[in-house]
Amino acid sequence: MISLKHSILDAWVITKRQLLQLIRVPEVLIFSTIQPVMFVLLFRYVFGGLGAGIKGGYVQLLMPGIFVQTVAFTLAATAQGLAQDMEKGLIDRFRSLPIARSAVVIGRTLGDALLNVVVLLVMGITGFIVGWRPSSSILHIAFGFLTLLLFGYSLSWIGIFMGLIARDARAVANITFLTIFPLTFLSNAFASTTTMPRALQYFAEWNPVSTMVAAARDLFGFHNTFGATAGSFPSQHPLPMSYIYMGLIMLVFIPLSVRRYTKKSR
Amino acid sequence: MWAQIPYRCRVKSIIAENLVKHYRQGEVKALDGLSLEVEEGTVLSLLGPNGAGKTTTVRILSTLLRPDSGHATIAGIDALKDPAKVRSVIGLSGQYAAVDETLTGWDNLVMFGRLYHLSTAQAQARATELLAQFSLADDAKRPIKTFSGGMRRRLDLAASLIIKPRVLFLDEPTTGLDPRGRQEMWGVIESLVSEGVTLLLTTQYLEEADQLADRIAVVDHGRVIAEGTSDELKNRVGGERIEVIVAEGDIARTAEVMKRVSGVDATIDNGLRRLAAPAPKGSQNLLELVRELDAEKIHPLDLAMKRPSLDDVFLSLTGRPAEEVLPETDGVAAKGGKR
Repeated sequence: MISLKHSILDAWVITKRQLLQLIRVPEVLIFSTIQPVMFVLLFRYVFGGLGAGIKGGYVQLLMPGIFVQTVAFTLAATAQGLAQDMEKGLIDRFRSLPIARSAVVIGRTLGDALLNVVVLLVMGITGFIVGWRPSSSILHIAFGFLTLLLFGYSLSWIGIFMGLIARDARAVANITFLTIFPLTFLSNAFASTTTMPRALQYFAEWNPVSTMVAAARDLFGFHNTFGATAGSFPSQHPLPMSYIYMGLIMLVFIPLSVRRYTKKSR
Repeated sequence: MWAQIPYRCRVKSIIAENLVKHYRQGEVKALDGLSLEVEEGTVLSLLGPNGAGKTTTVRILSTLLRPDSGHATIAGIDALKDPAKVRSVIGLSGQYAAVDETLTGWDNLVMFGRLYHLSTAQAQARATELLAQFSLADDAKRPIKTFSGGMRRRLDLAASLIIKPRVLFLDEPTTGLDPRGRQEMWGVIESLVSEGVTLLLTTQYLEEADQLADRIAVVDHGRVIAEGTSDELKNRVGGERIEVIVAEGDIARTAEVMKRVSGVDATIDNGLRRLAAPAPKGSQNLLELVRELDAEKIHPLDLAMKRPSLDDVFLSLTGRPAEEVLPETDGVAAKGGKR
């Protein structure tokens, strides 16, 4: 049996490996921050006019939306990274080592979460430059960012599972992109859900992306005006609902992933 | 002194008994009751074509895969009951260079050292030692991406030796390497073997098994179909044979001549322009062939009497050349066998 101390240490070695990758190949870090920054600038200036009548302008509602969209894509990054390691045979090597079975998957999710810290920081600064002004207390803002990180972290576990069952890294990149991209748009992230067709509106209001966006807006001090009018439970209680979603995701996907990793016998 | 101790009584570092493994819900039988034993400090080569079950065997013995049935014991430890313990005494190097390509050779070895629970200082010392041993010291700080195929394989092998394993598994260590890379790899493996590691090596190359292994197990369709030293296997086929290399345009005519002389069809390697046929009457057949070739105005580039090669062994055991990849088992190699 591998001791708890070793389990933690093993996972940390795997996380450090990902951080080392960022140092050895800085392009990865640059591109994973450039894209969200580009989205901030594009949306801010292309759709900025939508915010007529919103106190503080569209950017106040946009930033939480883009934060959530960005951390949601952690799922794709995690899945692709893991699928690549499998393709290269690296996972086989890890599995032949006397390390904790959970180390590789926990290490990877933590590494991806740490990358999100950097990305959110850069986006936050960009947002501030283009007029985003969170109006809540510093504690609320910190809690907001923490919740965003946790949201990305929980989605990482879906990514782990998808990466483990995928045939190859390119396929998993396509599948995850095609899932997350519509999910982030069928939400209140960029436009009001109240103007959507009825069926889509229900979907959008129950979409975890929407609850997370609404929660983030509240925590950053702007009431979520995009889609709170339908009166559904998630849109009335976005923060608890977001944590319920995260809990459910991790409750299902952590055991599934660890089991799949351990028994992996293709 | 060794010679007086019967083979069966010596310490076995690897024992596989009746391993059976199916892939894809039982559709494909990868292993069909495979058994083998490797004595401590010796090298056994699993020899067979793609899809024969070599990789599956290695994956089971190295605890990556559970067999449907059968037993496996590594260094006296039950691999199915106590896989975690087995992992701390084995080294595995697969068909791919299973290292992080974005990192440097140094980064990789230190990382794997840490995963073997060495302290940072110990892991770094071991990385330096291994890089020197595998002639990679000068390239230690370059990303693996920039390495040649041979260098990657050497690094991969180095990564499997961090804890000085008692039992080492090498799955096709030279597949895809150029002749120089292969020679270098053979040198490295030979020096490891001289240090006393027990090695199970899989290969498609008969020459490689001949060069590196003490004993050879020929695998086909998930079973060991013959086992012995290289000489024992060759003696099974028996008899000498003639090998001729001719110009490309002469291959067909030479084959006819050889059939007349030897009485059976010659095996032809078109790539090497080499024809081989048994010579039941020894040098008399050779003289006869020379005369006939001369009469036909065929001038061989090379002409030799040879003892049987492992190619011949495989052919006589299975009725087909070793290089042949069977279409129905090819899928196993690609989808099931190597993952």
